[in-house]
Amino acid sequence: MMVKKALRGAKRHRLSLIFLFVGSLLILFTILTLFNMIFRQLVLEPEGLLEAAADPVVIESIVLTLYCSFLATLIAAILGTPLAYVLARHDFPGKTIVESVIDVPIIIPHSVAGIALYALFMSRSPVGEAFSNIGIIFEDSMWGIVVAMLFVSAPFYVNAAREGFQTINPRLERVARTLGASQWKSFYKITLPLAVRHLFSGAIMAWARGISEFGAVIMIAFYPMIAPVLIFYRFTTHGLQGSQPIAVLLILICIGVFILLRTSAKYWEKKK
Amino acid sequence: MITLENVSHEWEDFSLKNVSFSVNKGEHFVILGPTAAGKTLILETIAGFYVPRKGKILLNGKNITQIPPEKRNIGFVYQDYSLFPHMNVKENVAFGLKMQKLPKREIETKVQSIMDSMGITYLQDRLPSTLSGGEQQRVALARSLVIDPDILLLDEPLSALDPRTRESLREELKRIHEVRNTTTIHVTHDQDEALALADRIGVIMDGELVQVDTPYMVFNEPVTEEIATFVGVENVLKGKIISNEEGVVVVETGNYQIRALSNLKEGEVNVFIRPENIILSKVRLESSARNSISGKISKVNQFGATFRIYMDNGLSALVTKHAIEELGLNVGKTVYASFKATAIHLIKT
Repeated sequence: MMVKKALRGAKRHRLSLIFLFVGSLLILFTILTLFNMIFRQLVLEPEGLLEAAADPVVIESIVLTLYCSFLATLIAAILGTPLAYVLARHDFPGKTIVESVIDVPIIIPHSVAGIALYALFMSRSPVGEAFSNIGIIFEDSMWGIVVAMLFVSAPFYVNAAREGFQTINPRLERVARTLGASQWKSFYKITLPLAVRHLFSGAIMAWARGISEFGAVIMIAFYPMIAPVLIFYRFTTHGLQGSQPIAVLLILICIGVFILLRTSAKYWEKKK
Repeated sequence: MITLENVSHEWEDFSLKNVSFSVNKGEHFVILGPTAAGKTLILETIAGFYVPRKGKILLNGKNITQIPPEKRNIGFVYQDYSLFPHMNVKENVAFGLKMQKLPKREIETKVQSIMDSMGITYLQDRLPSTLSGGEQQRVALARSLVIDPDILLLDEPLSALDPRTRESLREELKRIHEVRNTTTIHVTHDQDEALALADRIGVIMDGELVQVDTPYMVFNEPVTEEIATFVGVENVLKGKIISNEEGVVVVETGNYQIRALSNLKEGEVNVFIRPENIILSKVRLESSARNSISGKISKVNQFGATFRIYMDNGLSALVTKHAIEELGLNVGKTVYASFKATAIHLIKT
């Protein structure tokens, strides 16, 4: 009886059940890949992980990665927030072109982006020279890492921020204006607080994207080594044994930080 | 006092054409028009969100056309109330005063007093998302009134509310206007709302202001057929209820009494009678119609296929050409206008 009922139910939802099955393969693929690596390292070779965690070179490179990506995200937020607001609020000729330009870094191969960045920022180029006059050098330096990360991660921030601003009814800003708020005040008092959740999640996306960048970074700054570059280097010199522990460590730290950020954002929102 | 002089502006799919009108100090002016007639855009232009391509806006004689919204001291209440969702009721109400950088104590006193008068003090710590439509509307009104605006702009203030709340807020708007006497421009597509609140009505159609008049004139003598169709061609009479016996009320209009059905017990009312519900006869009719009022024909206007006969008793009737010929309905003739008590619609003023 029960079986019959279940079967009838299954028949009614045939489409969804098949889709669910097919879809779960994709999820399984992701989980299996990551879990396999983490599980093997944590359970079968925990000493390798501890060794990596005690290695100052590894720790330094992870800290450098997080820090450079943080700087890139900060720059993306400072320059990207006004851009996102304009795109959300105004229509102008060529807007589609601007929006496409923003998305370009997402679609071009990152080694290509790296070559392009190198050509623009290398010390022999006019731009590189101009910056070196004020003491900023990109080739094989932290700033090279930051511009590479900024290039690939900015679209994630700008798109999230734009969507955030779009969810805010412009009437709120207008009412604020009638109540005596200047354009700046109404942005600062009304729009920004209402968009902050979107801005924050855009920043997390951009930060994560920056941390994961490899292709663009090695073209302009092989040294100092960020974690993805170090992992690649150890893989080519020491194989899986030498690279996997660092990979697992990086992944665990990233997941930890993201969970921390998400929960603190939620807590902060609740408190308000 | 606010004056619009030949204001023209074009938007993507709408334009204002040579809109001119004046609203006197303390007046409640209603802009009445069908949905999507650009009524909100007029208000947004007055508030300063658009600088009209042509024309001038004068506030108390001063040209404010180029002045930004925050320097106009014009209050605005949107149809969707547009309360700031991240601020509680009290913070919403206090916003305008904070922008003026008033001392904290003064803000506190003013906010408290307006919240008390609007009956929203008990909501002060709530967020807008937890309020009903009527409550949100009161908060939005309090927020715009607390800055003591020279002009209050109301964008369809009652249309998003359920009928009962609408009724009570209409009374509230009336009361606020009586107490504060704030010059108000109010747009709506709702005729009842216009009649209940307006000192004068401006009818807007296709971006043009086609008639500016007293409610009586707009409803009784619309200047175009279009307006007549939109407002529904009504006879509107002012009167006072003198009795109500089991739902049958007697309204004294000054010259005669009208019997109607209503649950109103007393007070001043507007009496609506559609001209097509009035029967004209040469002698007083003995029929089931409870009203039969004599009057002299003062005017005959053609309205498409029908004719509207105006009488000196303030009523008008819609008849066919045939009826005019058969009954000899010419100017100067005395006739009886008969209509049923059920054909009358009463609105409290």
